[in-house]
Amino acid sequence: MKIVVLVKQVPDTAADKRLDPDTLAVDRGAVDGLINEMDEFAVEEALQLVEKHGGEVTVVSMGPDDATDAYKKALQMGADKAVFLSDPALAGSDALATSEALAKVLGTLEYDLVILGSEASDARTSLVPALLAERLGLPQLTFASKVEVDGSAIRVNRLTDYGHDVVEAALPAVVSVVEKINEPRYPSFKGIMAAKKKPVEALDLAGLGLDAGSVGWAGSRSKVLDATVAPPRAKGTIVTDEGNGGSELVGFLASKKFV
Amino acid sequence: MTPTSPLNDPFDLLDISSQVGEEERDIQATVRAFLDDHVRPHIADWFETATFPRELVPELGKLGVLGMHLTGYGCAGTSATAYGLACLELEAVDSGLRSFVSVQGSLAMYSIWRYGSEEQKQEWLPRLAAGEAIGCFGLTEPDHGSDPANMSTRAVRDGSDWILNGAKMWITNGGVADVATVWASTEEGIRGFLVPRGTPGFTTHDIKQKLSMRASVTSELSFADVRLPDSARLPEARSLGAPLGCLNEARFGILFGALGAGRDSLQAALRYADSRIQFDRPISGFQLTQRKLADMAVSLNTGMLLSLHLAKLKEAGRIRPEQISIGKLNNVRAALDVARECRTILGANGISLEYAPLRHANNLESVLTYEGTEEIHTLVVGQALTGQSAFR
Repeated sequence: MKIVVLVKQVPDTAADKRLDPDTLAVDRGAVDGLINEMDEFAVEEALQLVEKHGGEVTVVSMGPDDATDAYKKALQMGADKAVFLSDPALAGSDALATSEALAKVLGTLEYDLVILGSEASDARTSLVPALLAERLGLPQLTFASKVEVDGSAIRVNRLTDYGHDVVEAALPAVVSVVEKINEPRYPSFKGIMAAKKKPVEALDLAGLGLDAGSVGWAGSRSKVLDATVAPPRAKGTIVTDEGNGGSELVGFLASKKFV
Repeated sequence: MTPTSPLNDPFDLLDISSQVGEEERDIQATVRAFLDDHVRPHIADWFETATFPRELVPELGKLGVLGMHLTGYGCAGTSATAYGLACLELEAVDSGLRSFVSVQGSLAMYSIWRYGSEEQKQEWLPRLAAGEAIGCFGLTEPDHGSDPANMSTRAVRDGSDWILNGAKMWITNGGVADVATVWASTEEGIRGFLVPRGTPGFTTHDIKQKLSMRASVTSELSFADVRLPDSARLPEARSLGAPLGCLNEARFGILFGALGAGRDSLQAALRYADSRIQFDRPISGFQLTQRKLADMAVSLNTGMLLSLHLAKLKEAGRIRPEQISIGKLNNVRAALDVARECRTILGANGISLEYAPLRHANNLESVLTYEGTEEIHTLVVGQALTGQSAFR
């Protein structure tokens, strides 16, 4: 089976991030970029499916022209080839614009299954999987904690607040995964060395036949109007228990409307 | 233009990482990530309880760490620089773990890879590379350390077989090894033999009550009339030069590795000095502490430059044994000094296993002595300078 995995390069979650004051977008130049952690689970799931059923894994990424670490990591883990969409006009794309560009890239590829992480650690909208499925006209199986492929059918455990649903669809389909699904492998040294020789197709908007006005700042329908730095966490209150500890605690919870 | 941005990494004051290739940095980062996830949280306990984490061996094999700088037979075939940087990350966690990897890859596997028959390579190297088997290397004896040419272990021909008698001491991995590369004197000179675990007459005893390398297995190997077919002999090993060639491979890993123990010690001391408040300010603000920190950083950074230079010589196939001696001598001495100095910054807390420096210092006592003592490496350099050997 042919699987496409979508990966995103995000700022290191451990680093101090700041917003660019002009664009109110994350200043990506100021911190190291790496593969979105949840996407590593998507890559692992694709590799395991191909190890079981045969086939190949293509990794697709979109970002600034130096955002190459995310797909490189996927190639090091074992993906067969990469497609990298980069164009200055893509900067500022919201989830809708991003899904349009990615759908267009997928239109150039053959696949039975599209897998991606259920959210990116930078924007955390979780919108792209569903938007993408809609644009491709494919079934969406989101928040998957288990994936099984049987012939032309796919069945997933879809994580919910109370447990999971079992959802089935016919291939091709779009699946987004959660961390519970597997344990991503470390790239082996052989994988790291082999990755350099794997094919990477570089695409820009012109090559893709996509109008610059439909993506980026111009094509995005959501706009960040203002941003404020979160205030530092206030000092906690210490209550000395002099027989009134219980009522003080309940009073605090009540004041926060927890009880 | 003078850069004004703060340093990305206080342990790389000279921006040495910019001299390392992307692939090598990726390999280093992968080793570090694996160790942070699976080893670092447990290492103090393993040291205290004298536990060798055997379950890690196949995991290291899967990554490609074992025999990583060798080619073919399931080995990854990385550069010497990548091997050195992996050793550095391993020893930044514990010298015992790096010792396991050095012995497996550079002594056990390298001896077979370099001096073995095709059958021996096919039989052992893929399993050793995958971590499905463990190897050890027996050269040192109870009465012969720096002077292995006078070894007592002896192999004599008996028909087409060999009969091996003697003992080896301070053998890393000995008690857990599936195969031992054993060096013995014969009528024809020093020869190497592959002795599988379970061969009649071959026994091992682990050395207990160690104050160093506690997360690693160190053993005595005994051979009482061990009968071996001639196919157990390493056919390309024809003198003491063979085991010494293996040791040069391992020492190359050590000269990088020791800096890892130094870096980890300095990291712990720096973190502590920044958070330890005395006389109303962090002790990192005191001049005496800053002198210690600065001297240690200078020492580790220059050691790293030396290591990368030696790696380039090795990759060009031009490295000489006395150059490896300079590297091992300088870097192990530097790392041991750093680890001890870091303990002083940690004060009383420094004697607790909660902090790494004293564990590193205790481990480095072994590293200073094994694979060529500090004294012998000094005399190797002395011989290179004067043309006179002071020890043979």
